[in-house]
Amino acid sequence: MPQTADAHGLREDIARCVHCGFCLQACPTYLQLGKETDSPRGRIALIEAMSSGRAAPGAPPLLGHLDLCLQCRACETACPSGVPFGRIMETARGNVMEGAAAPLAWRLRAAALRQVLPHRRRIAAAMALLRGYQRSPLRRVLRRTGVLGRLPRPLRAAEASLPVLPREPFAAPPQPPGLTRTVAMLRGCVMPHLYPRTHDATVRVLNRLGYRVVFPEQEVCCGALSLHAGDRQQARALARRNIDAFLEAEIEAIVVNSAGCGSTMKEYGALLHDDPAYRERAARFAAMTRDVLEFVVAETLPALGEVPVAVTYQDSCHLVHAQKVTQAPRALLRAIPGIELRELAAPDRCCGSAGLYSLVQPAMSARLLADKMDDVRATGANVVATANPGCMMQLEAGLRQRGIEARVVHVIELLDEAMQAAGGAAP
Amino acid sequence: MQSLERALGRERVISTPDELIAYEFDATIERGMPQAVVFPESTEQVAAAVRVAHRAGVPVIPRGAGTGLSGGAVAAAGGVVVALTRMKRVLKIDVVDRVAVVEPGVVNIDLSRAAAPYGLYYAPDPSSQRACTIGGNVAENAGGPHCLAMGTTTNHVLGLELVLADGEVIEVGGHSRDVAGYDLTGAFVGSEGTLAIATKIIVRLSRIPEATRTLLAIFDQIDDASGAVSAIIAAGMVPSALEMMDRNIIRAVEPVLRCGYPLDAEAVLLIEVDGLEEDTVEQAEAIDAICRRHGAREVRLAREAADRELLWAGRKSSISALGRLYPNYYVLDGVVPRTRLPDVLRQVYAVAGRYGLAVANVFHAGDGNLHPNLLFDEREPGVTAKVLDAGAEIMRLCVDAGGSITGEHGVGVEKRDFMAWLFSGDDLYAMSRLKTAFKAGEDFNPCKAFPTHAGCGEVTQAQVRRTAAAIGPDLYV
Ligand SMILES: Cc1cc2nc3c(=O)[nH]c(=O)nc-3n(C[C@H](O)[C@H](O)[C@H](O)COP(=O)(O)OP(=O)(O)OC[C@H]3O[C@@H](n4cnc5c(N)ncnc54)[C@H](O)[C@@H]3O)c2cc1C
Ligand code: SF4
Ligand code: SF4
Repeated sequence: MPQTADAHGLREDIARCVHCGFCLQACPTYLQLGKETDSPRGRIALIEAMSSGRAAPGAPPLLGHLDLCLQCRACETACPSGVPFGRIMETARGNVMEGAAAPLAWRLRAAALRQVLPHRRRIAAAMALLRGYQRSPLRRVLRRTGVLGRLPRPLRAAEASLPVLPREPFAAPPQPPGLTRTVAMLRGCVMPHLYPRTHDATVRVLNRLGYRVVFPEQEVCCGALSLHAGDRQQARALARRNIDAFLEAEIEAIVVNSAGCGSTMKEYGALLHDDPAYRERAARFAAMTRDVLEFVVAETLPALGEVPVAVTYQDSCHLVHAQKVTQAPRALLRAIPGIELRELAAPDRCCGSAGLYSLVQPAMSARLLADKMDDVRATGANVVATANPGCMMQLEAGLRQRGIEARVVHVIELLDEAMQAAGGAAP
Repeated sequence: MQSLERALGRERVISTPDELIAYEFDATIERGMPQAVVFPESTEQVAAAVRVAHRAGVPVIPRGAGTGLSGGAVAAAGGVVVALTRMKRVLKIDVVDRVAVVEPGVVNIDLSRAAAPYGLYYAPDPSSQRACTIGGNVAENAGGPHCLAMGTTTNHVLGLELVLADGEVIEVGGHSRDVAGYDLTGAFVGSEGTLAIATKIIVRLSRIPEATRTLLAIFDQIDDASGAVSAIIAAGMVPSALEMMDRNIIRAVEPVLRCGYPLDAEAVLLIEVDGLEEDTVEQAEAIDAICRRHGAREVRLAREAADRELLWAGRKSSISALGRLYPNYYVLDGVVPRTRLPDVLRQVYAVAGRYGLAVANVFHAGDGNLHPNLLFDEREPGVTAKVLDAGAEIMRLCVDAGGSITGEHGVGVEKRDFMAWLFSGDDLYAMSRLKTAFKAGEDFNPCKAFPTHAGCGEVTQAQVRRTAAAIGPDLYV
């Protein structure tokens, strides 16, 4: 790997690892394979070898082990030594990408993301096509004729796992009058198309708590996907645009209901640390960012009506491990009358969604999902709540494949239901 | 390597040099590069791998989770690492006889979790319990905070299925400890992977106590804390755990885990009693009083299970958390008679001070099992040698105080040259004969436990030997 500005930081981050092995049992890929090459400790050793020149940076088996990492950061939670694994992995991928030996697949992926993510219109157009396809007879024909089976694996995985898109994407609703406080909300790239209902619920809840919600027009993708794919340059570019877009508005906080986006946005400060023009504003942006559950739990809740369901909660990795938010969703669920919270055997273990992971590593993703579905079934819950659109999609696909009768929701949707059940309109 | 792949399947073998880097180490600073790592999923596959290595005349190194603190799973002279991490099934839990049969790769805490629904648990609880395997525990005769009352691993292992160095599979012991003949099970426990590979382990389970009370006693003087330890034992009490942590440990752990260890304290004692509800109340009160008499500035009782877990999380993470202070630790594992504790502890700080090294002490105070951790940064030139020298002096201190060089982490590569301080040539010969009896040749996990062997030349090893030599053979006992 070339010596980049991050090389020193990488070395120091790695030096924190005392190779005690405490992280092994937290790592989903190690639990599946039992191999150190696919464990946090082993990956750190491989990254160390690549950065010190002991191992060839582009060596395919090593990149395979980096690729198989979910970047779920469960190892960070488990590590008593505070090894910042997420940052180590992002830096390592970044160094590979910026080096001469960057594999073609990685470069293609980053290039594809560059074509799409900064452009809300392109995403909307793609989603419209997909919506049309899903509702057309074409899908049935393709499925029946087996043409789908001949598609490349990632496409096939995507075809099978995408939920049927709702007819209408999310549109900023009119806000009730008289709200004195203001927050901005990130809409995200795909969420307005996949889960407009979650956005609607989020806005309703925030309105009821007395907040007007604004949606900065110039918002772009948060950059998480680029960052995870090793494209730091692109991630920084996106971050700068969001900082410009959001800090323009008079707001108290930036609320996010996608844990993956939220965790990246909270790290803008670190991402743009070396950019004197943005450093300060990036830090301010990061400090203003709140996951919606974390934000709501700090407020005084109005009376809640009954929602009589048995719920199990899947911790979204980027909420529990990256943002360390574990209690807020549970506290909210417990606050809702009628809800019985039934914990999963391993609620904070990744379900295999992990951003683009389910498309890029369908085999490992499917193994993780299968285990997760066993756990869900064992709880007997009829609602699976989580905190991130990717997790929602993956869990829905799992339930569908297994024929488990349960619906998937974002925690905020249950809170919205409870508020509606209590009656009364928003203030 | 090809014969390994033929015997086990490609997916169960790693042999590319780049990938093997992930298997170069365990939880120590030892390094050794294997030629291959295999991932058997059954006894037959273990035997097949061992046979291939045996025929090829290359070393075999059994490996569990690689949390060992004596380099036992490091391929010190190359060879084939047999990783038992895929053999992780709990095969049977017999609730009536309170016995479990497990594969060696079962993680310590997972066994207790599996037994919990029956009101049972597996008693030996090394601090590494959420990572280490039962196989590794057996090989190291692992102890843990609760071994004060419950005994170490050897008191809980009843029988074994073993794959010998030539691939033969034998069974020793059984479902109870009272079998006629030689106690081969006992001989195997603590053999540090140098005799055979355990592929099945029969262990005793214990009943979860009715009540548990956990206390945290906070001291401004380290001597007061060790004084309290002696007093508790002298009063004839057997707490189920009695652990001590000094200031540097507190500094590493508290800022992250927020387990309530005061940052300005010189030492804390973590004390636990269990048994019947009334008894624990009485005992906890008595211990509270003793601690206060010995200068504790505060004694806290954990109110709820969550408080208790937090107090223990700090203790169990303490060695790993040292990475927050320095990139490397060298954990020593000395045992001293409990009456000598205050005295030896003072000398430990003095030795570290003389070498200009930071030291953090965490230990099973109730057993007199010290874990001084020398803290350093491997990358600083010459520091590793200094650390090993200081370590050797501290070990020497323990032996001189009438103690031993390992309480629970094993001799391994790290301390094999100190064995001569404790045992005569004849003793060591007798031990190596045991190896012969198990048909385990020089190639079976070489360079571990015994102060011999050519070809084990890692840098750090050479240094250990140099140190041992510098201290002088006349000092050997
Ligand atoms: C932070 C930390 C805290 C620790 N705390 C404690 C503690 O409180 N008490 C304690 O006793 N130890 C402690 N240890 C040390 C270590 O966890 C134990 O020695 C443990 O038993 C090792 O288990 P493992 O599965 O990691 O074995 P490994 O490290 O993989 O191997 C250890 C030895 O066992 C052999 N071995 C492994 N499996 C088998 C098998 N199936 N058959 C034959 N030989 C085998 C190996 O060859 C090697 O010699 C701690 C370690 C760390 C890093
Ligand atoms: S728990 Fe932390 S220090 Fe220990 S091996 Fe894993 S990353 Fe390294
Ligand atoms: S981020 Fe997740 S998958 Fe990657 S090493 Fe850590 S625990 Fe394992």
